[in-house]
Amino acid sequence: MPDEVQLRVPKQGYRLFKSKTWTVFAEGIWHNNPIFGMMLGLCSTLAVTNLMANALVMSLSVTVVLVANSAIIAAMRNIIPERVRMITYMLIVSTLVITVDMILKIALPDISNKLGPYVALIITNCIIMGRAEAFAVNNTVAVSVADSLGVGAGYTFSLMTLSFFREILGFGTMFGFKVLPEAVSPIQLFAIPPGAFFALGVFILVVNTVKERQNKEAEACNSTS
Amino acid sequence: MQQYFLILFASILTSNIALTYFLGMCPFITISRNIGVAAGMGIAVTCVMTLTATANWLINEYLLIPMGLHFLQFLVFIVMIATIVQVLELVMDRYTPGLHHAFGIFLPLITVNCAILGVSLLMVLRSFSFGQTVAYSFGSGMGWMLAIITMGALRKRLIFAQPLRNFGAAGITAILAGLMALAFIGFSGMASL
Repeated sequence: MPDEVQLRVPKQGYRLFKSKTWTVFAEGIWHNNPIFGMMLGLCSTLAVTNLMANALVMSLSVTVVLVANSAIIAAMRNIIPERVRMITYMLIVSTLVITVDMILKIALPDISNKLGPYVALIITNCIIMGRAEAFAVNNTVAVSVADSLGVGAGYTFSLMTLSFFREILGFGTMFGFKVLPEAVSPIQLFAIPPGAFFALGVFILVVNTVKERQNKEAEACNSTS
Repeated sequence: MQQYFLILFASILTSNIALTYFLGMCPFITISRNIGVAAGMGIAVTCVMTLTATANWLINEYLLIPMGLHFLQFLVFIVMIATIVQVLELVMDRYTPGLHHAFGIFLPLITVNCAILGVSLLMVLRSFSFGQTVAYSFGSGMGWMLAIITMGALRKRLIFAQPLRNFGAAGITAILAGLMALAFIGFSGMASL
């Protein structure tokens, strides 16, 4: 389970961005990003990023479940007894996931078929439980919704980035449309399971490098001012 | 008899749940640092997986389908898994305290391990018979254990290597898992599900 969110002081000069809700939202996208910040919910990330359409549907489903779950738990945080809270969360998540799964089966039967068991596996996705347990239990509904929207956006960002590269390299397409010329043959490695692991490893490497540079810049700013 | 061995073999090697279906990735990356702990987790997962998939097959076949309640599958499966884990913990604590002491810490984690629920869902999707479910769930557990122990061993060798520092523990584990998955693809001609 991740530690509690540490509120970082946002950059000076943006009055709008100083509100707590905004800070919590922005934290979810970068510093508390579920994939490269907290290493949560990796099963679905690796499994659905072979095609951009799958990744988009999956990340929207996860975001919807995450936001609804956090809102319900934050609203009921004083009613749920301490001893049975885990099983209560699980029942709430399962109900939400069943609803999402039914909607997907009707609205997007093709993609729902391709996603297979991974929609149902949102129930055991650690992101949902993690945010409920680390954030929603001690925060108001509005802040919890902002937090889960941020984490959901972070999840979507990671999935879309990964699937963009995997689809373009593995199939030469974007959302199913051919973008690479015929002469360029796709690298099949990225379409099969090992490619998912390699893509994730390289993604984490790139993000860590960017983070390191950011930290260095921040230190340089602090020392000069 | 032959088909059960085929399913067992396929679920251990060719369609390994960790390396081809990406199930149980969180403990796979976080717990694999130590081989002993990895083996403990693997054994616990194998036991719970076989028990829960079998129980869920029975419930699905004799309760949910006759009553037309298959839309409740996810809910019933996860509650069933949570219950079995709790009961197992109580029984182990009462009759085999030593074993409980060794594996007790892994049991609560297993409830939210997606591999356990994933196997129950996959067996429904593939409409397995009872015997096939037992073979498949046991094989999947063994396959997961094989993968996590191998990963633990590989990570031990990392002490002598110097990967780029920015990979972090998770990044380099993902790359290692990718290499392992590539190696496991070599088995794919031998059997398939």
